[in-house]
Amino acid sequence: MFEAIAFYLFAFLTIAMFFITVTTSQALYALSALAAGMIFISAFFFILGADFLGAVQIIVYTGAVMALYAFGMMFFDTTREVKEKKGNKFIIVGLATLAAIMVVVIFVAPLVSDNINAFYPMVEGVGNTQEVGMVLFTKYLIPFEVAAVMLLVAMVAGIVLAGKKMDLSITLMTDAEIIDMKKDTKKETLS
Amino acid sequence: MMEIGLNHYLILSTILFAIGLVGIMRRKNLLLLFFATEILLNAVNIAFAAISHYYGDLTGQMFAFFVIAIAASELAVGLGLLIVWYKRHGTIDLDTMTSMRG
Repeated sequence: MFEAIAFYLFAFLTIAMFFITVTTSQALYALSALAAGMIFISAFFFILGADFLGAVQIIVYTGAVMALYAFGMMFFDTTREVKEKKGNKFIIVGLATLAAIMVVVIFVAPLVSDNINAFYPMVEGVGNTQEVGMVLFTKYLIPFEVAAVMLLVAMVAGIVLAGKKMDLSITLMTDAEIIDMKKDTKKETLS
Repeated sequence: MMEIGLNHYLILSTILFAIGLVGIMRRKNLLLLFFATEILLNAVNIAFAAISHYYGDLTGQMFAFFVIAIAASELAVGLGLLIVWYKRHGTIDLDTMTSMRG
C-alpha cells in the first residue's frame, strides 16, 4: 500500500522534473530540476532495498555531479535563453519512444524467457551495504580497480583541460592586457 | 494496481529513457545535451536496481555502481572539453561545431 503510494508519487515527481529539464529554455531551471530529479530517483533505490546505491546516488549525483555542473556553468553565459532545434516534434517524440521501448525489450527479453539465474543471490539477515561490499570486493574486484583508474584518468583530464590559464585573472588585468590576450587566442585558433 | 511489480519499474524506466532521448534530439546547447545524457544513465540505473531486487541478485546493483562511476568520469572530461571550447569560441552551440563543408 505505502510502497504503491511512494512509487506513484516519486514516479510522477521524477517524470515531471526530467520533463522540465529537457523542455525549459533556461539553463539554471534545467540544472535545478535535474538535481531534484536525481534525489527523487534515489527514493526508488531505497524502495527497492538498495540502500547503498541510494546513498551513492545522492552523494555522487547531487553532491559531485551537480556541484561540478554548477561550477562549470559559471564559465558559460547561462542567463540568455537557449535556442532549440526547429524540427518536427512528433518525429522526435516518436523516434525517442521507439528507441526507448527497443532498449527495454532488449533488457527484458532474457527475463521473459526465464533464462536468468541469480549469480550472487542476496543473503538473508545481512544488510545491503554488507552484501554489496562482499560482492564488490570479491567477484567484481578487477572492474572496481579499473573503474578507480578510469576515475583517476578522468580527474587528470579534467584538470588539464579546464586548468589552462587558470593563473590569469581577467578581473585583475587592465583592458589593454585583456585585448592582447584575446588577440593571442585568436591567432592560436586560426593556426 | 496496488502491487508494484517489475513491470512498473520497467515502464517508468522506459518513460524516463524516452524523455532523455527527446532531450538529446531537440537540444542545441551542449551543456543541456549533457543533462539529457545524465537522464538516460539514471533511467537505466532504475531498471538495473529493479531487476536486481525482483530476481534477488546483486549483479544489477553492481552494474549500477559502474554506470555511476562512468557517468562521473564522462562528466569531468566532457565539462573540461566544453570549457576549452567556450574559451576559444565563446559559444557552446552544437551548430558552431560543424567544421566540415559538404
